[in-house]
Amino acid sequence: MAISFTLNGKPESVDVSPDMPLLWVLRDTLNMTGTKFGCGMALCGACTVHINGEATRSCITAISSVAGKKVTTIEGLSADGSHPVQQAWMEEDVPQCGYCQSGQIMSAVALLSKKPNPTDSDIDDFMMGNICRCGTYQRIRKAIHRAASMQAGKANSAA
Amino acid sequence: MATAPVVNRRDFLKKSAAGGAALVIGFRFSPNAFADQAAEQEKKTPNPFDAWVRITPDNRVTLILGKSEMGQGIMTALPMILAEELCVDWKQVKVQQAPTNPKIYDLGTGGSGSVAGSWLPLRRAGAAAREMLIAAAAQKWEVSPDTCKAASGQVVHGNPKRYLAYGELVEAAAKLPIPNLNTVALKNSDDFTLVGHDTRRFEVRDKVTGAAKFGIDSRVPGMLFAVVARCPVFGGKVASFEATKAKAVPGVRDVIQFETSGRGASTTGGIAVLADNSWAAIQGRKALAVKWDEGPAAKESSADLHKQFLANAAKPGKVVRNDGDADSALASSPKKIEAAYEFPFAPHACMEPMNCTVHIRPDGAEAWVPTQAPQWAQGVIAEAAKLPPEKVIVHTTLMGGGFGRRYQADFVMEAAQVAAKAAGKPVMVLWTREDDMQHDFYRPASYHKLQGALDANGSLAAWKHFQTSTSIAAKWSEKGAEDSGLGEFGTGATVPYVTPNIRIEYTLAESSVPRAWWRSVEHSTSGFVMESFIDELAAATGQDPLAFRLKLIGTDRKIPRFGEAPNSPPLDTARLKGVLQLAAEKAGWGKPLPKGQGRGIATFFSFNSYTAAVAEVSVKDGAVRVHRLVYAVDCGRPINPDGIRAQVESAAIYGLSAALHDAITISGGRVEQSNFNDYEMPRMSETPKTEVHVVMSKEEPTGIGEPGLPVVAPAMCNAIFAATGKRIRRLPIRAEDLA
Repeated sequence: MAISFTLNGKPESVDVSPDMPLLWVLRDTLNMTGTKFGCGMALCGACTVHINGEATRSCITAISSVAGKKVTTIEGLSADGSHPVQQAWMEEDVPQCGYCQSGQIMSAVALLSKKPNPTDSDIDDFMMGNICRCGTYQRIRKAIHRAASMQAGKANSAA
Repeated sequence: MATAPVVNRRDFLKKSAAGGAALVIGFRFSPNAFADQAAEQEKKTPNPFDAWVRITPDNRVTLILGKSEMGQGIMTALPMILAEELCVDWKQVKVQQAPTNPKIYDLGTGGSGSVAGSWLPLRRAGAAAREMLIAAAAQKWEVSPDTCKAASGQVVHGNPKRYLAYGELVEAAAKLPIPNLNTVALKNSDDFTLVGHDTRRFEVRDKVTGAAKFGIDSRVPGMLFAVVARCPVFGGKVASFEATKAKAVPGVRDVIQFETSGRGASTTGGIAVLADNSWAAIQGRKALAVKWDEGPAAKESSADLHKQFLANAAKPGKVVRNDGDADSALASSPKKIEAAYEFPFAPHACMEPMNCTVHIRPDGAEAWVPTQAPQWAQGVIAEAAKLPPEKVIVHTTLMGGGFGRRYQADFVMEAAQVAAKAAGKPVMVLWTREDDMQHDFYRPASYHKLQGALDANGSLAAWKHFQTSTSIAAKWSEKGAEDSGLGEFGTGATVPYVTPNIRIEYTLAESSVPRAWWRSVEHSTSGFVMESFIDELAAATGQDPLAFRLKLIGTDRKIPRFGEAPNSPPLDTARLKGVLQLAAEKAGWGKPLPKGQGRGIATFFSFNSYTAAVAEVSVKDGAVRVHRLVYAVDCGRPINPDGIRAQVESAAIYGLSAALHDAITISGGRVEQSNFNDYEMPRMSETPKTEVHVVMSKEEPTGIGEPGLPVVAPAMCNAIFAATGKRIRRLPIRAEDLA
């Protein structure tokens, strides 16, 4: 039976086993490979997407539970890397192998939506679930602070 | 002096790619690998416009990358070298992965050797292309080439200046004679505008938008996704299996038994479940019923290995090095110190699990492989497909981490064997995290006994280092058991601390657990052992750890590398002292720290690079917190200084990962850990504030992907000693060792 949801702002419908995790629907059914497989047990954060705005590990999220919801993946953040978090990531030259960075960025965007100006300890707490084997944590921290300032600047100039 | 014959990775690859049995005597990275690589690359003199530089008439410049990108930044550093000599603006440049063509490229990527090995060949290739473009412009203008200059992708001449863009010249330039690469004029390094300047990673945009394609992202029309059931015990085989339930899982297309062997494969094949998607394949595998013939390794355990270590350490080992008479000096010395250190197996745990996609057709094969060794992959696939290697196209993809794991061809061989039985369908063999954790090629487990003697002046009268380990060489070679030894010490056999009496001994420990190169290889253990022990010697005589090291390193001199070819770059003590002093100065060595904190230092020479680190640490409730790490690194002329800083920041966390949390342990011949719940990785909250100070050297560039690693754990543990008086002699750190 087809399961319908909104993917990056557009209606999407898939006819797959209802217990198939969203991760594999994205990657193998829809060929949207920006969301990564790392552990399959919500231990590493590489598969992080937003469901109705909340950072969610797609590797343990059954597609049936996504019906009618809004899913945002790394591909939906911006078409061209212009999202402030992506900009900040480039400014700090964060990625190394880059494999975990889709998940890191999706977590960081969710953090900033809750706490527009996070402290180091806020960052530690929220980003705890995202592993980076290349150890880019220090640059991720800097990039989150930078993105926070960029977004604050934008908010100010808009006001 | 018995020295293991060195077979470097490239020779190994050649033999493997040619399909010959890899009869390797001692398989390890030669310290000269980079020099050999350069020499080999220099023998190849293709037209630079065929090999390295593509310019289109509309002035687009594409530089060819002959190495694999796994996060180390080679996709930026190597094109920077080409772009510098070619005189093109970085913004103009695109980068493309080289095909597997052994006539032109040495594609193997490892041993922190890519920049060192490519520096001169790429400069010469870039310079040759530039001179050919200048010659083409000079012909058009009918002037002497000496009166023309290249800049920003154009040739310039005269006053008032006239310009010809490279795009207008390339057709003519490519037909001109290729300059002699040994004499072609290279740019004066004072004129460098790109080399030595911080440059953002070339592929960074793709890596923040999800557009970057890793091996696991390969999508080929009609492909199937497969996972493999492998015997959990190393060397075990399928006895029988029942696939009815697996085949009934929706989406499962086929179940195939296959075998692999040789070439260092750690598995003997298994049962592949092929499906429309990865999830169905994983579900299908769960539904398989397999009986394993576990074989002789099923009795092995880490506890028994520890006993083997202790038994080996109770007897003398094979002499690897013997200068003077360390045993007599130890016997007669008034001050003797002895300490034993132990390390478990360590996993690579690349974030992108192993995977490989292969499509075998009657007339040729194509593969998408996240590999550090594309030529080896090509050979392995050719063998499975029963095709000549030139009929196999290997697309080297981006890698979600490599760290040495992706130098192996086991995951390629498996995928090729499965694809060969898949009726012409393209197949990705995907490893789950559990597969990846339990079928790795681990950093060897080892046990070390160090003995030192100090004379009345506090000078080092003797240095003795006994090691027993599950060596890499023994895993890789029929004769490995005889030949392993020096390779397990690496530059640890080249002791920088002055002493007349050095003795180094080695005994092989038996194990069925697969071993290979883990980031920084033997230097991760050599660095820890030596820099911990030298700290113990300093403490035993009440000397400052920094001053003690500087005193024992002694005068400026070049120490020949022990047991290596005479042309191996020596250990330059001035550079070693340089990084020690720089790290200490930047860290504020000797200045007071907050109560409860301690400061530790370590230095090491590996991959022809010099590193030192100072760690600031506190211990509370049995947990270690590293507050700050200050690094100084000298890897010769920096190509991309910010790339160097990134690599050292990365190596620090990688080193901490094996020091802070979990070990790979064996029970019943199988790995006990499975995923990131029972093998913990360092997280954001554990990341110290890390500073990396890069020496702006003018020496030849050397490695940096790995050399940052060996110093981090000893600096941290020496800091723990400074803070608590507790010596950590086995990793990872256990709460009881802190109590």
